[in-house]
Amino acid sequence: MSNFSDPASPAAATARSKRATDLMRQGLAARHRAERRFRRYGLIAIVLGLTFVLFLLTSISATGLPAFQQTYVELDIYFDPEEIDPEGTRLPKTLSRANYAALVRSTLRHYFPEVSERRALRELYKMVSSGAGFELRKKVMQNPELIGTTETIWVPTSDDVDMLVKGHIDRHLPESERRVSDQQIAWIDQLMARGKLEKRFNTLFFVNGDSRQPELAGIWGAVMGSVYTLLVTLSLAFPLGVGTAIYLEEFAPKNRWTDLVEVNINNLAAVPSIVFGLLGLAVFINFFGLPRSVPLVGGLVLTLMTLPTIIIASRAALKSVPPSIREAALGMGASKMQMVAHHVLPLAMPGMLTGAIIGMAQALGETAPLLMIGMVAFIVDVPGGPLDPGTVLPVQIYLWADSPERAFVEKTAAAIMVLLGFLIMMNALAVYLRKRFERRW
Amino acid sequence: MNISAMQQARVAAPAAATTIKMHTPEPSFQEREFAGTVGTVTVDNPKIVSRNVNVYYGDKHAIKNVSLDVGANEIVAMIGPSGCGKSTFLRCFNRMNDTIDSCRVTGEIRLDGEDIHNQKLDVVQLRARVGMVFQKPNPFPKSIYENVAYGPRIHGMTKNRAELDELVQLSLEKAGLWEEVKDRMDQPGTGLSGGQQQRLCIARAIAVSPEVILMDEPCSALDPIATAKIEELMDELRANYTICIVTHSMQQAARVSQRTAYFHMGDLVEVGETSDIFTNPRHKLTEDYITGRFG
Amino acid sequence: MLLLVLLVLSAGGYQLGRRRSLAVSADDGAAPGQRLHSLPSYYGFHTALWTGIPALILLALWIALQPIVITQLVLSDLPAEVRLLPEARLNLVISDIKNLASGNIVSAQVDPAMRAAADHYLQLQAISSAALTVVVLALALGGISIGWRLVSPEFRARNSVERMVNIFLVASSSVAILTTLGIVLSVLFEAIRFFQVVPVTEFLFGLHWSPQTAIRADQVGSSGAFGTVPLFAGTLLISAIAMVVAVPIGLMSALYLSEYANRRFRAVAKPLLEILAGIPTVVYGFFAALTVAPLVRDAGTSIGLNVASESALAAGMVMGIMIIPFVSSLSDDVINAVPQAMRDGSYALGSTRSETIKYVILPAALPGIVGGILLAVSRAIGETMIVVMAAGLGANLTANPLEAVTTVTVQIVTLLTGDQEFDSPKTLAAFALGLVLFLITLVLNVIALYVVRRYREQYE
Repeated sequence: MSNFSDPASPAAATARSKRATDLMRQGLAARHRAERRFRRYGLIAIVLGLTFVLFLLTSISATGLPAFQQTYVELDIYFDPEEIDPEGTRLPKTLSRANYAALVRSTLRHYFPEVSERRALRELYKMVSSGAGFELRKKVMQNPELIGTTETIWVPTSDDVDMLVKGHIDRHLPESERRVSDQQIAWIDQLMARGKLEKRFNTLFFVNGDSRQPELAGIWGAVMGSVYTLLVTLSLAFPLGVGTAIYLEEFAPKNRWTDLVEVNINNLAAVPSIVFGLLGLAVFINFFGLPRSVPLVGGLVLTLMTLPTIIIASRAALKSVPPSIREAALGMGASKMQMVAHHVLPLAMPGMLTGAIIGMAQALGETAPLLMIGMVAFIVDVPGGPLDPGTVLPVQIYLWADSPERAFVEKTAAAIMVLLGFLIMMNALAVYLRKRFERRW
Repeated sequence: MNISAMQQARVAAPAAATTIKMHTPEPSFQEREFAGTVGTVTVDNPKIVSRNVNVYYGDKHAIKNVSLDVGANEIVAMIGPSGCGKSTFLRCFNRMNDTIDSCRVTGEIRLDGEDIHNQKLDVVQLRARVGMVFQKPNPFPKSIYENVAYGPRIHGMTKNRAELDELVQLSLEKAGLWEEVKDRMDQPGTGLSGGQQQRLCIARAIAVSPEVILMDEPCSALDPIATAKIEELMDELRANYTICIVTHSMQQAARVSQRTAYFHMGDLVEVGETSDIFTNPRHKLTEDYITGRFG
Repeated sequence: MLLLVLLVLSAGGYQLGRRRSLAVSADDGAAPGQRLHSLPSYYGFHTALWTGIPALILLALWIALQPIVITQLVLSDLPAEVRLLPEARLNLVISDIKNLASGNIVSAQVDPAMRAAADHYLQLQAISSAALTVVVLALALGGISIGWRLVSPEFRARNSVERMVNIFLVASSSVAILTTLGIVLSVLFEAIRFFQVVPVTEFLFGLHWSPQTAIRADQVGSSGAFGTVPLFAGTLLISAIAMVVAVPIGLMSALYLSEYANRRFRAVAKPLLEILAGIPTVVYGFFAALTVAPLVRDAGTSIGLNVASESALAAGMVMGIMIIPFVSSLSDDVINAVPQAMRDGSYALGSTRSETIKYVILPAALPGIVGGILLAVSRAIGETMIVVMAAGLGANLTANPLEAVTTVTVQIVTLLTGDQEFDSPKTLAAFALGLVLFLITLVLNVIALYVVRRYREQYE
């Protein structure tokens, strides 16, 4: 220690440095252990994160994949004129009001002639979806010639049968604990053996609207609702967002007001989405009296919500255009508006489009604010425009996730897969745009 | 290291490099030993010995087969135009190039006879032995005291606070900063002037008792007065340390160094006693550079 | 349809204005475009704007008001006993009429009054749309003629077009302000009405929450309890669990990716992690309710703990997973903002990577990281779908993460998704909750954004 006080002496310096080096060497192993430990923590964190991604995606696709198949039963339907149109008028009104379910029932009786007891018959009838009757009606309405002929068609079974065939209902459980009776299982096995029951691609899932019957429920209504909602959002949010960005970036004077706008936009980007729902409920529905549950209002709310995203992205795109281009244009005698319209905007457009797509992806996945404005209603019809009541994909997912039927679980997961598919496409498009038009100055 | 500048320089003058060789006087046998370098690469009492060092940034060949010794307690200056690879070469000595992903170093560098690329050698220890001062002063955003104490602390070089205090004071004294900062040790190091910051960085490097100090253009961000102070300091430090300095300023190299190495586009063109290089350059490129024809 | 016509007309207006401008300048004997103040296309745009904008405004107003007006007209023709029905029933009647009118109902026995009303509705609709077409087209044509007449060499078409564009730009930038204003006003208004019924102190400090008020006043327990402490406790509990999951994982992975990982690993792992950020919250909710909650419950049961099936733990964990990429990308930003010179300085002294991270990078990046975490907290507090689907409904004042708790957002959703009249304290309570939620997140955001901005300025 004493030799510390005499820094000039070379001997002291050597001694000191040797002592320090020794001390340092002693600590080295521990330091390297700490280093490895820290590095391992980092790796664990990443692996955990990636595991979550994998777990989430596999658990959802494992649940959802079976929903793309559906159990169908083959029925030889005799379009009995007595049942459909006893008077032979062939009037659409008569045709549409006939009892088609009876046709299905008679075919079923025909399949299992030994069943005669009322309760057993009811169980038998329950195995075929109530949608079968509607399907027959549609066929007859399209082609009244069918009456009096026999045709073989495949109709969906009830969700319970479907669940049993897919193995979600355990047939070894005691009868009282499952939704399918022993008798029904026996019939199912017989039908399978005869080749009259099989799993087929579930088209209904893609073309139907919502339904209380899981086997008939489809996402088309929700998809169309999402499309209309996003159309409204895009057509409002993009011009407004780009306009704001251009104004703030190119024209606005630097003063209190624009500072306020800026702070405000950054804050809006972080306001919880449900608060936008409250705004929509109070302003659009209560104050302006727009109808509930319509894509128009949903689109308006989502516009306000995605606006900050688009503005921020558009401003970034405008900022990346080098000032030299502006100066060049102004130097040629262009007006400020011409400079923006002819030079800055075309160069910034890919960035703005990317921002808009990301904003739309965000809007497509948003649920909470739409619950507030009543898009949770149960709506069977596919909306035909932004003013028809409708729902959107994420809300449909929420609704199905809340349904008690076991069959809705896989429908929910399948709908999630469809939603994620759309999101992946949008993000891929954004990435493509960014890569394609990326420019370094 | 500015890679793009380096690349540009290479694109600009490939023809020059070959034709200029014609003017070179026939090198002696000893000098021809090390590919292409004019002058004596070796020294009698070497601290660092480097042989056939090549550095690649991705596909770019930044240092080409350079061999150079650095003697104990001497100051070696490395000069050359921007992008000639002098900083890159300097960073090889404490393996700072390891921190750049795309960078690959081959060849042999020995510190006191020990290969620094040896698997068994600990890069942490190497850097404690070979300190470095950077172009831009980069004090940590901590107090002056903490800046200097950082190195000894992570290396566990002192046993208690009193020892650490003493070491900090000693290092600051050696760096000629103690008198200026002794009353404000707990203020942030970033609050000092540029020259003071750079001396703080030197104190920080000294605090871990290195044997070699690498200086990468330590004065390029400083005004002349601060520069003079640092140069003075370097001369004092030479008694205890070996110093390699990369500099843009030929005057500085002439003032502070004993030997000078001239780099051109990744080649070590010429090396020799500083007085010789500046008064009697033997290679055409060196001559052009020091007479200010390019640079 | 009408929109298309308008578009075509505007295009026509553009052509006309352009031609006219050329003609006007040609009349004066000069070369075309020479003596005009602006380029011919500006005259075109000017005319097109005159054609389109007034007509569009009218169209929008008409469409917005038409259903209300028509419904009122139809209603006034209905029998008195129908008109005096309560609003909910009345709405049913109206939708029946609309369905009849659009032919959705095909049943035989329709009330003749309803049938008549439907016909009336259809007729009014036809009149309205015919009138709309005529008026809008007239306005558009009028616009064309005004624009056409304005064309003259002295007329500064460019300035006037640019002025209009400028007005649009200013207007669109004020939408953001209007949105904030709308949020504040709408939420504040309803909240004030709520506080007239329920005192603020009870709302903020009451320990009991049961908003299930009776719908009719004479029922027992018609005044529910509106103490929000359990809600905020639940929100905090779930957010805290989320942060416990998200901050270490997010921060450590950001550190690993920016300080340790090589470029190839980073290029693969970073986007993969960011997938988590792109997944809609409703998906997380489903995942939490269907997969994680049963897992947590089973794990708890296997070690002898009694875990609620809607435990705060499950919801919080999934929320944490959702926030991981948020924390990691914000931390990544601030870590990358720490200058490379700092790292070099530390490495050159012989510190290991972890020492450099712990003693140099983290202290330097701390303000930015804290700001990022504040943003993440504000996000966790405002997150809705995960808790709606995976957390409980019952207000439960507990700090035990294995029990079910409810949150502010869950209550807002449950209060507002049922079918109630709008003025009951129950629905108003949702707005009061929304106000508090908005204020809390606003304060967090303002602080966080300020901290982050200061931090960035420091290194720029």
